[in-house]
Amino acid sequence: MATKLRAQTKRRHSPTSERRSVQLLLIGIAVAFMAITLVLPLYSVFHEALSKGVGAFFAALGEKDAQAAIRLTLLVAATAVPLNVVFGLAASWAIAKFEFKGKAFLITLIDLPFSVSPVISGLVYVLLFGAGSFLGPFLKSYGIEVLFALPGIVLATIFVTFPFVARELIPLMQDQGTGDEEAALSLGANGWQTFWRVTIPNIKWGLLYGVLLCNARAMGEFGAVAVVSGKIRGQTTTMPLQVEMLYNEYNAAAAFALASMLALLALVTLVLKSVLEWRFGEEIAAGNH
Amino acid sequence: MEVRVQNVRKEFDRFPALHDVSLDIRSGELIALLGPSGSGKTTLLRLIAGLETPTAGKVFFGDTDASEKTVQERNIGFVFQHYALFRHMTILENISFGLKVRPRSSRPPAGEIRRRAMELLDLVQLSGLEKRYPNQLSGGQRQRVALARALAIEPAVLLLDEPFGALDAQVRRELRKWLREIHDRTGHTTVFVTHDQEEALELSDRLCVMSQGKIEQVGTPDSVYDHPTSPFVFGFIGESSELPVTVENNELWVGGRAIGVPAGDAQPGEARLFFRPHDVELVEHDASLAGVVSTNRRVGGTRRVELEIGGAGHLVEVDLPFDHPAGEKTRLAFRPRRWKLFPAV
Repeated sequence: MATKLRAQTKRRHSPTSERRSVQLLLIGIAVAFMAITLVLPLYSVFHEALSKGVGAFFAALGEKDAQAAIRLTLLVAATAVPLNVVFGLAASWAIAKFEFKGKAFLITLIDLPFSVSPVISGLVYVLLFGAGSFLGPFLKSYGIEVLFALPGIVLATIFVTFPFVARELIPLMQDQGTGDEEAALSLGANGWQTFWRVTIPNIKWGLLYGVLLCNARAMGEFGAVAVVSGKIRGQTTTMPLQVEMLYNEYNAAAAFALASMLALLALVTLVLKSVLEWRFGEEIAAGNH
Repeated sequence: MEVRVQNVRKEFDRFPALHDVSLDIRSGELIALLGPSGSGKTTLLRLIAGLETPTAGKVFFGDTDASEKTVQERNIGFVFQHYALFRHMTILENISFGLKVRPRSSRPPAGEIRRRAMELLDLVQLSGLEKRYPNQLSGGQRQRVALARALAIEPAVLLLDEPFGALDAQVRRELRKWLREIHDRTGHTTVFVTHDQEEALELSDRLCVMSQGKIEQVGTPDSVYDHPTSPFVFGFIGESSELPVTVENNELWVGGRAIGVPAGDAQPGEARLFFRPHDVELVEHDASLAGVVSTNRRVGGTRRVELEIGGAGHLVEVDLPFDHPAGEKTRLAFRPRRWKLFPAV
C-alpha cells in the first residue's frame, strides 16, 4: 500500500508547474535565443578585436584619436550623469512627495526621451543652436560654441539619458510615501537633514541602479551625439562615433578593439546590476513595477 | 502643556474636512479622538502637530499661538499608525535621531544621547534590542520603538495616530494597558486617534467623539457612555438598539400600545427611543415592548436575541444571559432599564 502510494506520487509532477520535457524545451529555446542574439555577437566583438594579436589591440587603443575618444566619452558621462542625478532626484521628489496640477503631464514629459528617436533629439539641438537659429549666433558672439563641440554633446546626452534616474526613483519614492519624512520633521530635523539622513538612505540602492543604467547609456549613445557632434576626428568623436568611423575606413581590428571597451563596460554594468539586484532586490523591485 | 484648538476649519481642495472645531485639551490628560473613518479625527491630530495648516482658526500650546510655528518648532512627539521607523537605522539610532539632529548649541553630548536612548529603550521594555533593525522586530515592538523615539525629544505634547491600528487583537490589548502605564509614569499630555470605541473607553481620561468633520461630544468615558447627547454618539459608543416611538400622555407608545416607559419632559409627537441591548428587563404582565424572535445567537457568555417589534418590522436587539430560559421562547416582552429619547428626524 505504502509503496504503491509512493509510486503514484513519484509519477505525478507539481500541479502548478509544467512537465519536465516542456520545462527543458522552454529553457532550451531561451538559451539558444540568448546565444544567438547576445553571446555570439559579444564573442565576435572580442574575437575580431584580438584577431591581429594583443599587440595590435593595445596599439589601436593607444592611438591618439582613440585616446581622445575615450577621454571625451568619460568627460561627457562624468558631466551628464551627475546632472541627471540631480534632475532625476528633483523630479521624482516633486512627483512622489507632492500633489500638484499637471503631475501626469510631467511624468509623460520625463518619458519623452524614451519615445523619441535619438536622431530627432539631436536634430532638436541643431535647430536650437544651429547657424540659422536665434540662440546659436547669440552664444557664438560671446565665444560659446554649442554645436559641434562639447556642450552640444553633453546636452544631447543629458536629454537622451534623462529618464533613467527619474524612472527608477519615482515608483520607489511613491511606494515609500512621506511617512518617514514626516517622522523626521516631527522629531525636529530640518529639510536638509531629512533629505540626507532619511530620504537618500531610503532610496540609495534604487538611485545607484539608475545611475548605472544612465551611465551605460550615456557612454554608449550614438544617434543624438552623431547629429550634434559634427564628428570632428580627435575632437568631437565619442567612442561609439569613433568605432563607426574606423569601421567605415575598413579598419575592423581597431574598430572592434574600441568596441570591445564599450562591450566591457556593458558587461561590468550587467554584473554590477545583477549584484545590486541580488543583494538589494526588494528595494529595487519597488522601482520596476 | 495644555492645548487649545480654536474654531479650526480645514479644507482639502475645497472639500471641508473639519468645520469650525474647538477643543480644550488639559495639561497631562490622555484624550482620545474617536470617530468613524472620514470624521476628521486624523486631520485634527495632524493640525495640532503642525503637519497640516488650518484653513482658518488657531491652535494654542499653553498661551503661545502655535498656528504660525512649524512642526519642528512645536516640539511634539508624533507616533504614526505604520510606525514610520527609519529602516536603515538601528533601534538605538532611531531613538536617538531626534537628539542627534539638534543644532550643536542644544545637542547633548554623544554619551548623554546614548544614555537617554538606552533609558527609553528600557522604559518601553526593549532592552537588548538596540542593535537590531526595524524589520527584525514584530509590529508591537516597532510601535514601542516609535513611542520611545517620540519621547526622546521630551515633547510638549504626545500625539498618536491610530497607534494600535495595525496590530492584532491580543497585542493591542497588551499595548493599551502598557501605554496607560507609560502615560501615568511620564505625565505627558497625550492625544490619540482611534476608531475603536473599546480602546477609547478603556484608555482615555476623556474622549472626544467626532463625526463628519465636527465634534459631537466631549467628556469622560463614563459620561459619554451613560449620557450620549446625540443619536450618533449613542449608536457609535457601545451597543445600541433604536426604535421609533410616539410620545403621548407622558408615555411612550409603539403600534398603538403603551410600553410602560415614561416620556419625562419630551414633547408629544414622534421620537426615537435608544437603549442598550444588555440594559433591559424581561416583563411578564405589565405594559412592555413585545416582539417575535427573528434570530437568536449565542455570543460567548451572552445570548443576543433580535426581536421584530409591531407590524412595521422594526428590529431591536436584546441581550440575555446565555442560559436564561427566555432564550427558548419565540416571543419576548421587555422594558429598557435605561434609555434616551431623541427627536425624530
